[in-house]
Amino acid sequence: MSDATSSPSGEPFEPRIVAFFCNWCTYTASDLAGTSRMKYAANVRVIRLMCSGRLDPQFVVAALRRGADGVLVGGCHPGDCHYQEGNYKCLRRMELLRRMVGQMGIEPERLRLEWISASEGEKLRDVVNAMVAQVKALGPLKLEPIPRPNGDEESDLQLVGASDEGVLA
Amino acid sequence: MMSEENQPRIGVYVCHCGSNIAGVIDVGELAAFARGLPGVVLARHYKYMCSDPGQELVKQDIAQHRLNRIVVAACSPLLHEKTFRRAAEDAGLNPFLVQMANIREHVAWVTEDKKLADAKAKAQLAAAVRRVAGHESLQRKSVPITARVLVVGGGIAGIQAALTLADAGKEVILVEREPTIGGHMAMFDKTFPTLDCAACILTPKMTAVKEQPKIKLLTYSEVEAVEGSVGSYHVKVHRRARYVKEDLCVGCMQCIEECVFKSAKIPNAFDQGLGMRKPIYIPFPQAVPPIPVIDRETCLKLKTGKCKQTCLEACGERGALDFEQKDWMEEYDVGVIVVATGFQAFDPTPMTYYGYGRYPNVYTSLEVERLLNAAGPTEGKVLLRDGSTPKTVGIVHCIGSRDRNYHPYCSRVCCMYSLKLAHLIHEKTGAETYNFYIDIRAPGKAFEEFYERTQKEGLNFVRGRVGDVEPVEQNGNQDPRRLMLRVDDTLEGKIRMIPVDMLVLSVALEPRDGAAEVRRMFNMSCSSEGFFLEKHPKLAPVNTANDGVLLAGACQGPKDIPDTVAQADAAAAQALVLVDRGEIDLEPNTAWIDEEVCSGCKTCIPLCPYKAIRRDETKGIAVIDEALCKGCGTCVASCPSGAAQQHLFTDDQVYDEIEGIMAYV
Repeated sequence: MSDATSSPSGEPFEPRIVAFFCNWCTYTASDLAGTSRMKYAANVRVIRLMCSGRLDPQFVVAALRRGADGVLVGGCHPGDCHYQEGNYKCLRRMELLRRMVGQMGIEPERLRLEWISASEGEKLRDVVNAMVAQVKALGPLKLEPIPRPNGDEESDLQLVGASDEGVLA
Repeated sequence: MMSEENQPRIGVYVCHCGSNIAGVIDVGELAAFARGLPGVVLARHYKYMCSDPGQELVKQDIAQHRLNRIVVAACSPLLHEKTFRRAAEDAGLNPFLVQMANIREHVAWVTEDKKLADAKAKAQLAAAVRRVAGHESLQRKSVPITARVLVVGGGIAGIQAALTLADAGKEVILVEREPTIGGHMAMFDKTFPTLDCAACILTPKMTAVKEQPKIKLLTYSEVEAVEGSVGSYHVKVHRRARYVKEDLCVGCMQCIEECVFKSAKIPNAFDQGLGMRKPIYIPFPQAVPPIPVIDRETCLKLKTGKCKQTCLEACGERGALDFEQKDWMEEYDVGVIVVATGFQAFDPTPMTYYGYGRYPNVYTSLEVERLLNAAGPTEGKVLLRDGSTPKTVGIVHCIGSRDRNYHPYCSRVCCMYSLKLAHLIHEKTGAETYNFYIDIRAPGKAFEEFYERTQKEGLNFVRGRVGDVEPVEQNGNQDPRRLMLRVDDTLEGKIRMIPVDMLVLSVALEPRDGAAEVRRMFNMSCSSEGFFLEKHPKLAPVNTANDGVLLAGACQGPKDIPDTVAQADAAAAQALVLVDRGEIDLEPNTAWIDEEVCSGCKTCIPLCPYKAIRRDETKGIAVIDEALCKGCGTCVASCPSGAAQQHLFTDDQVYDEIEGIMAYV
């Protein structure tokens, strides 16, 4: 997986950033940015959670371990959490986690928490672009590959053998 | 069945969405990529997956290929997840074995570089494929809906919604902050473009509210707290003491007549401070309920304790007055809530160049509505503050609207109400009127015709903003009562100086000052300008992100009376859908505790905002009450041993998603 994060010579470094967005605010803002056809960097890949309070810090670590160069977390503005205060829990966890990754030699700037409400499509775009620029400046995250618990390269799921019949168009 | 479920047979469907997705993403390549992912039995791409044939495709494949998991790479799950869950369900598959990958809003529509779009789409698709493999069958939980609706706000929106619901036989609690219902519409004189008298069309509805036994009207009251969720809200209403007992008062108004204040000296907020009232008053003659209220700030008895209390004498044996009355709380259980809290008129004081508050004859449009109203402070005469009649009147559009310094949006109604005010002022006084506009926006039914009519009436229209307002100079002295307007006439291409006796500022409609608190109380979102946010701007205009909370009227955005009434009826219809169905299915994304794993550490218990977790002392473990859990997952993220899990968002499912999103591209 370290191959994926290091850029081939000559090619500009395109970071891969995993985003965890809460369903009610930031995921919806992301939809709005799409509906409004705002263009922004394609480096962020989105995972939807119901609330930023669902963000287990280990998700962030797992994303980095699997090759992400940064992690972006988006939640509702303080006071606006759909579940009252999940975003505050997320804030605390992220603060702690940023300190922890710093001790591990990972730049805390690779982790970012932003409050983006459902109507803030423009902010979503700007935050993603800013984050991508920042991670590009930091360069690829180089971690020692960690052997996966089951030792497999890919997955414990079998390939069932997909047929080619599926093209209708 | 379980063992078969454990062997994923995944069908992947890549939607073209016409050219929305296929114009950017290579859908054929994406489907081919999907075929190489673990567990994928077949992958197709198709023009419109949400269409009937698209859904039919999924259903047929489920039967023919024994698919037990479905991934649809298309638009946002917030849009069509329900569609594909239903299709799966129709084919006998549990709907929660379906996962969507959002490659339209999150990829195709926002990515310029096609290669990068392809890569991102693959990552999102792989995430969905990997995650869905670990999905389990889930059952929806259905909750009953209390057959009672809370309507918050008694303006025309709230009145209309309440009446429609009550006419359908539903119980309604209507809460209004002011002593009377009627809202802004009750302040207006005539309504555009028909020039219907506002009171003539509104007061019958107000009276109907009072006489409708299904409506419990709580005026001079505010919702203070809301608990619960769709179907079963528990609301606390703060009822302010009006010091007049509503059940005993007959509205004879003798108490007002006999108040020791022989003349009215206190500015009446309903008249925008242009008219006066006594400490005991009704805001306007047709108020509903027609019951006076005593203002605790100005009543001598309530303020100082020393007063002859002639009002008490006037009320006599009826005994409706009660100076001992205290504020109290009432609690109600309701199933659905309609929020209709309206707007406030923009205060132009900060725009100092218009001189509002500095020059006596600068008015807001709402103040002029009161001057024109026969029940207003001048009994319908357009009089300046010195009692004279204006001969020249300027009306400036877009005050606070379409202005980056204040509100960038168009308030939608100002052009039309400005034309109306010009027409009425001209009709009543014969004054020369000038409308200073940026664009005339007259897109409603019979609006353009009204605009034409006002042009033919000889009203003046000047396209351009008023820059400066200065008192007219006469013999070296400034007369603050006459104003010289400096206007950039953009059609003539020159600066014009126009003297007027009266300047009317057509102020914007803006969110109320307390809108943020209201939004939080009802768990809604708001748009960037602060109006409450509808669930979908086109297809769910009265719903909110909170299933049981609906919107009506200008609290959702500036709108005129016809649109407000239409929206109020739409909100009532949506409320009826819930109430008449009697129950609603909830997402099964609640949390649960794995008893085998829980160590009973209690970390999760104080984190739950809904007090849904308690400790079972005999077993020494945490227990989640599924009925109270709203499915945020905060407890799950906090559990040190992984005992707390959330349906649809288990740790394993999220890890699978991370794995999928990173492992392939």
